Amino acid sequence: MAYNDSEVFPTQVKILIAGGFGVGKTTFVGAASEIEPLNTEELITAASIGVDSLSGIEEKTTTTVALDFGRITIEQHGIVLYLFGTPGQERFWFMWDELSAGALGAIVLADTRRLDACFEAVDFFESRGIHFLVAVNEFDGSFHYDPEEVRAALELHPRVPIVLCDARDGASTTAALRSLIQHLLTAVPSPS
Amino acid sequence: MNMPAAGDDEVWLDDDAGPLIRPYTVSAGRTRPTVDLDLLSLMIATAKTPKGMDPEHHKALGLCRTPTSVAEVSAHMRLPVAVTKVLLADLVDCEAMATRAPRSTSGATDRVLLEKLLDGLQRF
Ligand SMILES: Nc1nc2c(ncn2[C@@H]2O[C@H](COP(=O)(O)OP(=O)(O)O)[C@@H](O)[C@H]2O)c(=O)[nH]1
Ligand SMILES: [Mg+2]
Repeated sequence: MAYNDSEVFPTQVKILIAGGFGVGKTTFVGAASEIEPLNTEELITAASIGVDSLSGIEEKTTTTVALDFGRITIEQHGIVLYLFGTPGQERFWFMWDELSAGALGAIVLADTRRLDACFEAVDFFESRGIHFLVAVNEFDGSFHYDPEEVRAALELHPRVPIVLCDARDGASTTAALRSLIQHLLTAVPSPS
Repeated sequence: MNMPAAGDDEVWLDDDAGPLIRPYTVSAGRTRPTVDLDLLSLMIATAKTPKGMDPEHHKALGLCRTPTSVAEVSAHMRLPVAVTKVLLADLVDCEAMATRAPRSTSGATDRVLLEKLLDGLQRF
């Protein structure tokens, strides 16, 4: 039984928050979300990751990977925006496929102390044609880079926006989300 | 309600499973839902309350008085997504729940939608 009633069901959109381990994804989702950030788990079976890449022990076990997500309800337009933090470790990448299916776009968080940690996320979104921007999460005491230095280091296309943000701050994370939407709008042809 | 049998799915049991044992008991060892559900599929309880439900089924119904995503149900029930999907699919099977799949298009090229989003995010 499936419903098809736009009166009852809001329009759902999904934005991914990606980046390497410890870059502030969970913090970002928590700061932007109107609800307590929720944490759920996905089961990882040997089959999901490809048995070849596993040692003998892991083959027999099922483990879980944490997945955090938040929600922003835009009541007046009947839209619910979901934010999903993508699991950082490479071996959980099979999950990125389900997560990125139907995603509006993505924010790749970068920590200037180890920019290389976000290479994989950048490659992933580029190869899938998912629009994204890079948000530099400025940790205290980290060296301040010019956005163009970050662009050069990450070999980012000139059209990929780079913004600064503080993942702990609601206004800052919302501003980063707005920048992503504005970026998406520039890619949509204007109505003639 | 008729609980589907464990079927061909493997029951994952191992010494280290620990916290996994409970979830698997809840879904009778099943890992494959009978209805295709996405993380963002919206679930809503219908007026039907089947007899003989597990407490977990009751709890899931209670969480879905208004349309609620599979991801949220999973988090509130503290069950892995895969197990949650099995439970929710049971409830769809016995018509205690209805579901709506998320749109297959992302909306990334939908100017009207993007402008509404921008407007909505302006207020935060
Ligand atoms: N100083 C500072 N610390 C941050 C910032 N963002 C995150 N953190 C901290 O960095 C650590 C890792 O953040 P977390 O969100 O868990 O990273 P994740 O692995 O990407 O989910 C946590 O202890 C956060 O409190 C930030 O903007 N500034
Ligand atoms: Mg995290």
